[in-house]
Amino acid sequence: MSSTISLMTQSSSRQFWLTRPFGERATQIFLGVLFAALLLVTVLHLALPQGHPLHVNAYTVNLFGKYLSYALLAVAVDLVWGYLGILSLGHGAFFAIGGYAMGMYLMRQIGDRGTYGDPVLPDFMVFLNWDSLPWYWLGFDMAWFAFAMVLLAPGLLALVFGFLAFRSRVTGVYLSIITQALTFALMLAFFRNEMGFGGNNGLTDFRELLGYNLRSNDTRLGLFIATGVALALGYILCRAIVTSKLGRVCVATRDAEARTRFIGYRVERFQLFVFVVSAMLAGLAGALYVPQVGIINPSEFSPIFSIEIVLWVALGGRATLYGAVIGAILVNYAKTIFTGVMPDAWLFALGAMFVLVTVLLPKGVAGLLLHLKRRKKSATLPKEATA
Amino acid sequence: MSLLQSLTTRDRVFDFMAPQASPVDVRHGPILYMEDVSVSFDGFKAINNLNLTIDDGELRCIIGPNGAGKTTMMDIITGKTRPNAGSVWFGSRHNLLQMNEPDIASLGIGRKFQKPTVFEALSVFENLELAMAADKRIFPTLTARITDEIKDRINEVLETIGLAELRYQPAGILSHGQKQWLEIGMLLMQRPRLLLVDEPVAGMTEQEMERTAELLTGLAGKQSVVVVEHDMGFVRSIARKVTVLHQGGVLAEGSMDQVSSDPKVVEVYLGADDEEAA
Repeated sequence: MSSTISLMTQSSSRQFWLTRPFGERATQIFLGVLFAALLLVTVLHLALPQGHPLHVNAYTVNLFGKYLSYALLAVAVDLVWGYLGILSLGHGAFFAIGGYAMGMYLMRQIGDRGTYGDPVLPDFMVFLNWDSLPWYWLGFDMAWFAFAMVLLAPGLLALVFGFLAFRSRVTGVYLSIITQALTFALMLAFFRNEMGFGGNNGLTDFRELLGYNLRSNDTRLGLFIATGVALALGYILCRAIVTSKLGRVCVATRDAEARTRFIGYRVERFQLFVFVVSAMLAGLAGALYVPQVGIINPSEFSPIFSIEIVLWVALGGRATLYGAVIGAILVNYAKTIFTGVMPDAWLFALGAMFVLVTVLLPKGVAGLLLHLKRRKKSATLPKEATA
Repeated sequence: MSLLQSLTTRDRVFDFMAPQASPVDVRHGPILYMEDVSVSFDGFKAINNLNLTIDDGELRCIIGPNGAGKTTMMDIITGKTRPNAGSVWFGSRHNLLQMNEPDIASLGIGRKFQKPTVFEALSVFENLELAMAADKRIFPTLTARITDEIKDRINEVLETIGLAELRYQPAGILSHGQKQWLEIGMLLMQRPRLLLVDEPVAGMTEQEMERTAELLTGLAGKQSVVVVEHDMGFVRSIARKVTVLHQGGVLAEGSMDQVSSDPKVVEVYLGADDEEAA
């Protein structure tokens, strides 16, 4: 398997780095399946009448859109964990910050239609008797500014946090613990009303995104497709990074950090770069998630959520990227079913899934796929030989 | 100011127009020059008034019993350890004591550690690619492509270290000896002027040792090679000049025959060790 991967990087290593993934079989299949799924859901939703057994209703489209934003988040985590060996247990923080940036824009779009009818202040600020917007809410009425913040705010946090951590060569378990502490600290901070982010309730009651009514089915379908496209773009970007020489430096860092440093790479800068890219993708995932679920509150910062993301990646298979997507969708689909049927059993089911996969499929679902592919290959080879 | 001056001086070619010569100046003597170097760790003198010179293109073997300061000496040359006293010069232009590890490495001092560390998940080819002297900042690395020139260079090193047929195999499946050669290949990709090789044949089979001896003697001349080794048979097979270290200083220096007949050397090292080795 490894030899075929190397052969692929050989033949495509002359190409421009961003278009390199398109030459890869795995990426072609992934994009093909993703776009086929987007198309299928769209057609089944629009073309079939309600009540038809194959009709996909708006609720399900919305649910799929949520899964896709989780999948993008999982890809971001796999980029740093699978290829760089940095087990971030705080990626939920970047996801939530991207979500809050989007939420602030959506809050400003409500305008004077809120319960208190204030043209500028969101309801919770009126409730707290604030008379003007805090400075950090300025500009969020403009879509371009808010969308820029969706990427820049998590990116900046990752830059500062990563700079301090990687410069001091904090890696391994210690890094995992401080990322966990980071997201926990942010959760406590966002719970406070004085922070100006809606406290415990967070931001909700959204109405419009870019003028489209968030409660209409067409907008939900549009958001679902937009999330799918964002996932495709995020996947291609990550794939381009991991198939470049920089990706090989990342794998080298993961396996032998001191050695990589010794042959002249400033390891901490590579770690910081990839960490920031990953945080921005997580922020984008959060921003696509919020308008689809209609709320963002501090529970997205909870340490448990960040650990769950890592579980998706582990279940799907580390260091493949598409494994992260499979894992995120599978686990969340199971979660939807379980929490509907037996809400109390969900955590046990998640635990059981994790144990079973670790024992039976140490390389996750993606590892199983690769294994089946190789078995098929070795099964067809002898036939050719005898023929 | 200096640019203006160089424009107005008429007696020579403008400085900035002159071709960049190799930064390491060996016109006036040895490539490595260590004088009166001492290091102590918590009172223990690991290196004690060490004097050592390595000529350009020389293959030098350094032997000595455990604790003689061989590894500490390499640490000083590569900038990992700072000596308490003395001076270390690379060519006649670079004072190694004023430089940090990455700068020393990019100047052309390559070091192979005792335990081979290759990137096991990457192929042999990719290992060499990463080790190559190149712009190692983030964006040049992200956009880097493998040109024909780079490919030729990697193929040349693959031939030298004898791993051409295994180029697409992950380095993790290589045997111990092959990993050592790959490590030497990774050093060669950086086009070093001076190679420091720590115990290259530890754990190798006879055949692998022979192959390593050929490899190292083939490298000398093009670059200077310093080999630290315990295996006397191996040292005898490659060494032209041997330095014996003892208690942090040079005990004897000369051809293998000269040093092995030196009574001081026999007393501290060779006698005892030969019996063990035999």
